[in-house]
Amino acid sequence: MEIIVCAKQVPDLTEADIKINPDGKSINLESIPLDINEFDNYALEEALLIKEKYSGKVAVVAVGSETSDEMLRICLAKGADEAVRITYKDELDGYLTAKLIATVIKNKYKPDIILTGVQSTDCSSAQVGGMLAELLDIPHASIVTHVELKNNTAEVHRELEGGLKEIVNITLPAVLTIQSGINEPRYASMIGIRRAKDKEIKIVTPEDLGLPSDESKLKTCIENMFIPPKGRGAEIITGSVEESATKLCMILKDKRVFT
Amino acid sequence: MSEILVLAEHSKGEIRDVTFEMLGIGRKLADSIGAKTAVLLLANDEALANKLSPYADTVLLNKDELFKDFNSEIYQSILTKLISERKPVLTLIGHTPAGIDLAPNLAISTGLPLATDCVQLKFENSKLKIMRQMYTGKINTNIGFTDAQEYIVMVRPASFQIPGQMDKSGEIIKLDMPVEKVDYKKFIDYIEPKITGVDITKSEIIVAVGRGIKEKENLSIIEKFSSSLNSAIAGSRPVIDKQILPLDRQVGSSGKTVKPKVYIAIGISGAFQHVMGMKDSELIIAINKDANAPIFEVANYGIVGDLFKVVPVLTQKINELKSSK
Repeated sequence: MEIIVCAKQVPDLTEADIKINPDGKSINLESIPLDINEFDNYALEEALLIKEKYSGKVAVVAVGSETSDEMLRICLAKGADEAVRITYKDELDGYLTAKLIATVIKNKYKPDIILTGVQSTDCSSAQVGGMLAELLDIPHASIVTHVELKNNTAEVHRELEGGLKEIVNITLPAVLTIQSGINEPRYASMIGIRRAKDKEIKIVTPEDLGLPSDESKLKTCIENMFIPPKGRGAEIITGSVEESATKLCMILKDKRVFT
Repeated sequence: MSEILVLAEHSKGEIRDVTFEMLGIGRKLADSIGAKTAVLLLANDEALANKLSPYADTVLLNKDELFKDFNSEIYQSILTKLISERKPVLTLIGHTPAGIDLAPNLAISTGLPLATDCVQLKFENSKLKIMRQMYTGKINTNIGFTDAQEYIVMVRPASFQIPGQMDKSGEIIKLDMPVEKVDYKKFIDYIEPKITGVDITKSEIIVAVGRGIKEKENLSIIEKFSSSLNSAIAGSRPVIDKQILPLDRQVGSSGKTVKPKVYIAIGISGAFQHVMGMKDSELIIAINKDANAPIFEVANYGIVGDLFKVVPVLTQKINELKSSK
């Protein structure tokens, strides 16, 4: 079973103060921690589970600058067998990302299954998986919360809305975009980390792939970014912990939330 | 005359709201560039076409029993053909589980640029510009398209009003496009959400917890607070994913929609998927240490602070007041 995971390194902004760069088109990433996109981490875990059950190998493919190598090394430490980074520093859109990954896969692999996150936590576009499938001319299922392989097909659960799911049977090879919560991603073991230290991360340049070409241009571009203007918003209760808790307690009492 | 095409989304015999929302913004955009609106309905039920007719200049109906359940591959082949024939300047598709399964593939098979999850759209000098959010709503981004005359845009549900009175009586045109069954991607069945113990949709007071709680061991802080208010406990997606709370407590577009009298969001940043599930609560209170968290936009009252410090003190204050009666 040849499994490919597409992973992206993203800034972890959950606790960061966001600043926009003077160009107005990007975020200041200084002192912001970078990590594997959460959804891709679930995809990697699903790939490792499939490998453990059916045997095979897992290759992780990323597009990005050398900072992504750290993420790829952790993927190797967790049990991935190969890591490939398509080196790219400039602005990317979903289309170009999918095009770069599809070209590497066509050149180097014959995957049975390709897993990636539904979306990234930075752009949240939810488009690379579907585009990749179309570029490789194989079927695709998105927002997958369960995977079971049956002969040359995968029976997957797709998350719909309001708690509803659907069961879909899809012929392999296929691209599945993995939803968060599908499994419990493992942490890398000390032994894994030590072993991964010396493993090779293959670096591919767009030129190696015969790109750029007319078909490898951005289709969308960021014009500017801004912090959303504050609306009316909440009345912020100020003061020390003691003071603000007391004030909120009185509001709850006034509104008869408790008596 | 150019045309804006909206893909109708329906499920279990009902047209979904996002369709009418797209027809509303679609009409505004069409008026701004002197275009017409058309809506494509792939269904087995002709009656659905009548519901769309007041909202568009044209209803394109392709009837087939294969459309009873959604299949992205069948939709894609019809849409690819239709777009190449009609050349709509803009095709609108909902940013929904169905749309996400379809639109990225369609962008490749038509060669058109795609922008997803858009919350604003406008034409400037006949070029489309859209706005979407990044970093879970902390940043808004204006996006343009390079060298394009036609576009596909996915529209975030509940971002545009459903138009009130619509005066159109769009002509229903029956398409005769052959529909071929695909065997490499098959719908098998639905899995209905499990009905379990607590039904949070019936609770009047909900204390909801998010990623800020970090570990399951910390949940006791929330449980104590919740019991001081006699409330139900719910959670946002990360808390369910980490199995800190069971699936039936999830509030948001992929979980439950709740409208309690009081909703207290603790350590929840307020990603739009969560807000969709709780914005109609009567009173919303948020406690979060990030002053820029989008949850404060929908809340009535907020405390910017560390939940591990604020919530125990708040619980204590409430219990004191209760016992002092």
